[in-house]
Amino acid sequence: MSDTLPRDTTLPAAEGVPAPAAPAPRSRRSEFLYFALRNPKLWIGGLVVLFFAVTAVVGPRLTDYGVQEYVGPPASPPSAEHWFGTTTFGQDVFTQFVHGLGASFIVGLLGGGIAAIVGMTVGFVAGYRGGIVDEVLNVMTNIVLVLPTLAVLIIIAAYLEVRGVVTEAVFIGLTSWPWAARAIRAQTFSLAARDFVDLARLTGVPTRKIILGEIAPNMSSYLFMTFILLFGGAILAAATLDFIGLGPTDGMSLGLMMNNAVLWSALQLGLWWWFVPPGLAIALIVGSLYFMNVGLDEVFNPRLRTT
Amino acid sequence: MRRYFGRKLSIYGLTFFVAVTVNWMIPRFMPGDPIESMVARLTMRPETVEPMREYFERFFGYDVPLWKQYLNFWGALLQGDLGTSVWLFPRPVTSVIMGSLPYTLGLLLPAILLSWWAGNKFGAIAARNRWLDNTFLPVGYLLTATPYMWLALVLAFLLAWQFDLFPLAGAYSVTLRPNWSWTFVWDLLRHWFLPFATLFIVAFGGWAIGMRNMIIYELEADYSRYLESLGAPRRLIRRYSFRNALLPQITGLALQLGAVVAGALVTEIVFSYPGLGWVTLKAVENLDFYLLQGVFLFIVAGVLVANFLIDVVYVLVDPRTRLGMQGRAA
Repeated sequence: MSDTLPRDTTLPAAEGVPAPAAPAPRSRRSEFLYFALRNPKLWIGGLVVLFFAVTAVVGPRLTDYGVQEYVGPPASPPSAEHWFGTTTFGQDVFTQFVHGLGASFIVGLLGGGIAAIVGMTVGFVAGYRGGIVDEVLNVMTNIVLVLPTLAVLIIIAAYLEVRGVVTEAVFIGLTSWPWAARAIRAQTFSLAARDFVDLARLTGVPTRKIILGEIAPNMSSYLFMTFILLFGGAILAAATLDFIGLGPTDGMSLGLMMNNAVLWSALQLGLWWWFVPPGLAIALIVGSLYFMNVGLDEVFNPRLRTT
Repeated sequence: MRRYFGRKLSIYGLTFFVAVTVNWMIPRFMPGDPIESMVARLTMRPETVEPMREYFERFFGYDVPLWKQYLNFWGALLQGDLGTSVWLFPRPVTSVIMGSLPYTLGLLLPAILLSWWAGNKFGAIAARNRWLDNTFLPVGYLLTATPYMWLALVLAFLLAWQFDLFPLAGAYSVTLRPNWSWTFVWDLLRHWFLPFATLFIVAFGGWAIGMRNMIIYELEADYSRYLESLGAPRRLIRRYSFRNALLPQITGLALQLGAVVAGALVTEIVFSYPGLGWVTLKAVENLDFYLLQGVFLFIVAGVLVANFLIDVVYVLVDPRTRLGMQGRAA
């Protein structure tokens, strides 16, 4: 009942991989690799994300301009000289774009990473310990879950006079973990009741080691997918925050580009090249992350495989 | 059922308490001094700095001990007093917010309800049609990943700037005065459409994908398999799975509220639509912290009330919650 794109037609690239006549992989890792290489969702999503990541790293070397430097004729459309055109002030949009991309990836990795760590800690401890610890952590999780994240971020950011990309990522990470904690808690619950965990407990293995050595590895695929979703979420949250004008006060970001475009009436003047690239990049990156996630789900979950 | 509501309400009560406390704490314990920056913005001559600061400190109640400030804050809040706006001094924050709230609600309510309804219907259809599913899936994920403000900008550029089908900004034309004539209502609707469409489209993608995934999951469930083995018609199985798949979508509605509200804020900014989002932008630009905090509390309160309403709906829809079996939302 799954939803895969027609595999053989979309993926002629798989030719290079020696395909065993019968898919009988020896270890689990090579089994995952086997299905991962044959999953177009994972491929396509991964390639798009990789493309933007490479652009973010290489891009700044391709331009000779500064991010805020006035370098060309104002408000000129894309040309050979200015690939993405210029702003109302004559800044190079391409330069801003590649720098903004970098900021997006940093916020995504850092914010998503922090959220994943907090979510995992809360989820593991609540799910494994149970009882009063679970009760307290659960109330905490529910409170942060119902609080509208962006409203909290707006309030915090507004009072910080100097904001950096890292500060932004930390605050996003600290507010976006609850759903991950809830999902991981539910998974931990079911794993904690298994025999091998009981055995570890009986032999006196400390709690921390049981969680890290027995429970976490058994849901590693799930944890990885959680991180991917948090990664995408952090990028979107940062873009929204930047757009309201509460982003990093130094440097450039994709949300800030759109904020500037609106502030300096790019819309009224029809300067589409100013605001289309940043938003399109965010939509493509985050959409590809989600898409990759579906692919990963099919790779890790045998029930979803169609082959 | 009493236990279910008791639990939910105590969570919401606690959340509100935390929100108000955070709201009170942030200006007092964050680096930087809001009064300092306000005085710096407002004063022209150096000799006026001291009197100005004293005035503001007394005005905003900073000249009493902390615990008393906290109690006063709650006292004022319970009387509906959120302080005075700096941007529109001396208008009270509550009146500024009340003036913009109808615009935000007018966008949010139809957008949330219609996108939920249409998304669920469409997702259920997509799940049973392989071709539709294969084309829709990538589009749907792209839609949920689209930043609201970007779609707003693109729609505004294409439909308002390029083809001039809709007005570009505001809630109604500057040449008109608000009244209940047909001309005005039509004008209002034309201004309302693009922000509404933005919210609708992005949210629609998310609901359709969620429904599609849930239906596929439900069709694998034991009861579906059992019905299938009994030879029940496919339509009947589909109908049962749709009803079961709706339950998590209702929970999802509660979880997504914050994100849609955030989307409405930035969409309003793009269209200069005079709702809470536009007020937020003005508050940020003018360092109007009291207004910003008022908006924050209003959004939190609104989300909590909506959460509670969704809980009530859930109880009506899922009999297990009524029988004390908690169901999935617990």
